[in-house]
Amino acid sequence: MKELVVLSGKGGTGKTSLTAAIAALARPVMLVDADVDAPNLHLVTQPCMQHSQDFVAGSEAVIDPERCIGCGQCARVCRFEAIHPGADNVDYGPLQTVDPVGCEGCGRCATRCPAGAIRMEPTTCGSWYFSTTEYGPMVHAGLLPGAENSGKLVSLVRSEARDRATETAVNLILTDGPPGIGCPVIASLSGAHLVLIVCEPSPSGVHDLRSVLTLTHHFGVPATVCINKWDLNADATQSLESELAAEGIPVAGRIRYGEAFSRAQRQGIDLIALGDVPEVAEVSAVWDHVNQMLQQNQRLPIHQ
Amino acid sequence: MILAIASGKGGTGKTTVATSLARLIVQRGRPVRLLDADVEAPNCHLLLGAAPGGSEPVYVPVPRFDTDRCTACGRCAEACRFNALACVAGRVLLAAELCHGCGACLDVCPVQAIDERPRPIGEIRRCNVDGLRLIEGRMHIGEPVAVPVIRQLRRIGHAEPGATTAVDAETRQDLLTIIDAPPGTACPMVAAVRGTDYVILVTEPTPFGLHDLRLARETVRQLELPAGVVINRGGQTEDELRRFCSEEQLDILTTIPDRREIAEAYAAGHPPYDASPEFAAAIDELADQVEARISRDPLTTSAGASGGGA
Repeated sequence: MKELVVLSGKGGTGKTSLTAAIAALARPVMLVDADVDAPNLHLVTQPCMQHSQDFVAGSEAVIDPERCIGCGQCARVCRFEAIHPGADNVDYGPLQTVDPVGCEGCGRCATRCPAGAIRMEPTTCGSWYFSTTEYGPMVHAGLLPGAENSGKLVSLVRSEARDRATETAVNLILTDGPPGIGCPVIASLSGAHLVLIVCEPSPSGVHDLRSVLTLTHHFGVPATVCINKWDLNADATQSLESELAAEGIPVAGRIRYGEAFSRAQRQGIDLIALGDVPEVAEVSAVWDHVNQMLQQNQRLPIHQ
Repeated sequence: MILAIASGKGGTGKTTVATSLARLIVQRGRPVRLLDADVEAPNCHLLLGAAPGGSEPVYVPVPRFDTDRCTACGRCAEACRFNALACVAGRVLLAAELCHGCGACLDVCPVQAIDERPRPIGEIRRCNVDGLRLIEGRMHIGEPVAVPVIRQLRRIGHAEPGATTAVDAETRQDLLTIIDAPPGTACPMVAAVRGTDYVILVTEPTPFGLHDLRLARETVRQLELPAGVVINRGGQTEDELRRFCSEEQLDILTTIPDRREIAEAYAAGHPPYDASPEFAAAIDELADQVEARISRDPLTTSAGASGGGA
């Protein structure tokens, strides 16, 4: 069993579209959408949901207005400025209220409340799903707007995918990763065999590629780079390729700038299904390179 | 006024819109402060050709243990809800990246063996570029938690005295603060947009763009913030997006057409404003809308000044 994670640092470089196209070439695969706060892979793979479950993680302070004595101790100890005075209580000071968006669920207020008026309640941060698709099984999720614990949700969907992949005949887990370099990205790296970074040849694209490469290096996961929309700046593409070559970082290939990916997206299909466009050969070359790297990579996954 | 520029989907042109709008409004004579709150991928400086400097570290307080006093009773590890502490073989171990700096462990230690030390997780950098004030938050690579960097950026950004342009800013009302928010709808995005006066959601007329606009719209609704939409890479396929905006009573502030020349200018690191008259016209229209909103509603939300939570 191998796991390939597709990342980009910068958003909108074509991660999800490329993931779907690779799924079409590599099928059957176990698909994972780890971009849990803005998932899009399902818009292409059209999953048929088999199982859905709430994602409960962390907790949130709830103040019992009957017991609150309005002393304000909770607000003073809260490091996240999540507790504010609310309506006045005639006997005491103002009743305290919790801003659920600001509350990180540390429980400090509950420990310090002299009236025992605060309890910590588990929070539902989203849902996760197990589905079937024409590419193979898929584990995906949705974080509720503004919710926390995206890293935990990524770890959960990946671990579900691993468990279920061993039960089926699938031998590749293909993970569409989140943008950025924060907790959900770090959570998508542990134990992966290879990271494919989709980059565009713009100053921002290269800057963010560098951040992701530093991160994959930091966590000891091998990476290869695909340059998307390469012809928007052929010079930058060339110099990036030579820089990467000098550093010993493989380049999986180039994909041109065009309307094929967005046309496929509008039709709700993957790029390969679109048929006769030059991007198909380019993506196939990327997949051949990545697949070869995965086959050569015999070492055990690195665990943090 | 504090304006946030956000989007659910990444790569829709948030930073391009934020930097172009900031530049144009400065040229029109209004002082502008641009806060780059996309701390995992801060790119405003690249689009502005700026080199922010003067790095100030952002710290999170983490516990420090007096090993002479600590009896390894394990109460701190029990109290930590983020699994940052473990009591193993008579010692307390700290996984510093998981620590939120809440201080709960301090409260429960029966022998007062815990105090705190600051741990750097990112930095704030600043510069002036063509009369525009840029303040950037940047999270260190390998750090998981962006929110404290965003909060600190907003605390500094909103508190920085006066403006820095040729225009005399006598009152806070004259100053426009633009926040370039991170993508997504999770806690970093919320920390960047909450407490602002208006949110511009940048989207594109694709299924991915519309799907993520719905999520961002829902997040902004829960935060009770007024919002409008900028359509980027517009074209013949905008119908569904426009229908959604009208159902949701989201004003479409401007539409930037889908042109290769804009994408090429961006890829070359040139301001698309200079390369494409159509792009320039779209940003002009957006700036007019923003100016109209400032004169209609000149209040600066004081709640915004303390920065976001989440």
